[in-house]
Amino acid sequence: MSDSTAIAPGAPEAAHHDHPPYQRHHFETVEQQADATNFAMWLFLLTEIMFFGGLFTAYLIYRNWYYPAFVEASHQLNIFWGTANTAVLISSSFTMAMGVWCAETRRRSGLVLCLVLTFLLGLVFLGIKSIEYSEKIEKHHVPGFHYSVSAFIDPQSDPEIYKEYHDKPMPLDMARHTELYFFLYFAMTGMHALHMIIGIAILGFMIFKARAGAYTAGHVTFVENFGLYWHFVDIVWIFLFPLLYLISRHAN
Amino acid sequence: MSEHIEHGTQHGAGHTEHEHHVTPPIVYLVIFGCLLVLTGATVGASYIEMGVFNPIVAILIGVVKATLVILFFMGVKYSTRLTKLTVGAGLFTFLVLIGMTLSDYISRAWGRW
Repeated sequence: MSDSTAIAPGAPEAAHHDHPPYQRHHFETVEQQADATNFAMWLFLLTEIMFFGGLFTAYLIYRNWYYPAFVEASHQLNIFWGTANTAVLISSSFTMAMGVWCAETRRRSGLVLCLVLTFLLGLVFLGIKSIEYSEKIEKHHVPGFHYSVSAFIDPQSDPEIYKEYHDKPMPLDMARHTELYFFLYFAMTGMHALHMIIGIAILGFMIFKARAGAYTAGHVTFVENFGLYWHFVDIVWIFLFPLLYLISRHAN
Repeated sequence: MSEHIEHGTQHGAGHTEHEHHVTPPIVYLVIFGCLLVLTGATVGASYIEMGVFNPIVAILIGVVKATLVILFFMGVKYSTRLTKLTVGAGLFTFLVLIGMTLSDYISRAWGRW
């Protein structure tokens, strides 16, 4: 009874209200639609936090279990490239944020420029990552049949790393566990890179739409939510970088 | 510092949604600068011998950077309570995931691998 009286008043006027073409009919206002979409995007990002969280937890546990192997294996990573990539990714987050601002203030060419810069910086990140990956392939540090522990059983066989860290030789049973480090390294940076590739593909699509003026006519939800995704990928790297590259520099 | 764009719809009583907030470029620029400085700081800190504090400092700097990105680049500071609650719930669940998993590992076979 109370239900029917709650719905009835105001229903005739609310049923057909004027709204812009981008507002779905089932939303009361544009703000309500924007809030609902924003909420949905964050729910998606929560599933992503849980997904990467599982990988980080695995890394945390295995690093504690096989500590010497994880320390020496991480000495193989190049801090210069890691730092450069962090700067590249942070810059791309900045250009993306500026893109959202351009869309909100209806600057079409500014938006296209920001999206193109974000796109290019994303490609630079992947380019640097591929330099790092190819080094791992050359050294047989990719987990699998061709994995080589020689750099960890006999650190002096890898003079470039040895002159910086002076690692002690590890017994074979511990040296074997460096493969686990590289497995997690490729799983985590690989999943991160996959997210970058997906993001770059969506950016390419958005650049075409933005040139036609799609996001600079008042409806910025898509750009905003893509921005959330792109910044999330940035945050994942903000934690991957110190955990994989930096924290084992002094640990011995 | 901050401007608001109204969408020209009714803002009567009982509407919980808020008007769209536009973060000005200067805020993004300052956050961008902070993130670059903190990246330098985390690399610099890794060259200093701090024992067990090396990973702790690295993670703390990471948390500060992530907080800046979430609050400003992702605009959570200016978002609805629902979004803030969602982000908080996500971080809380993530800590539960790590906490419960670690408590399980530590209390079972730690050191007997």
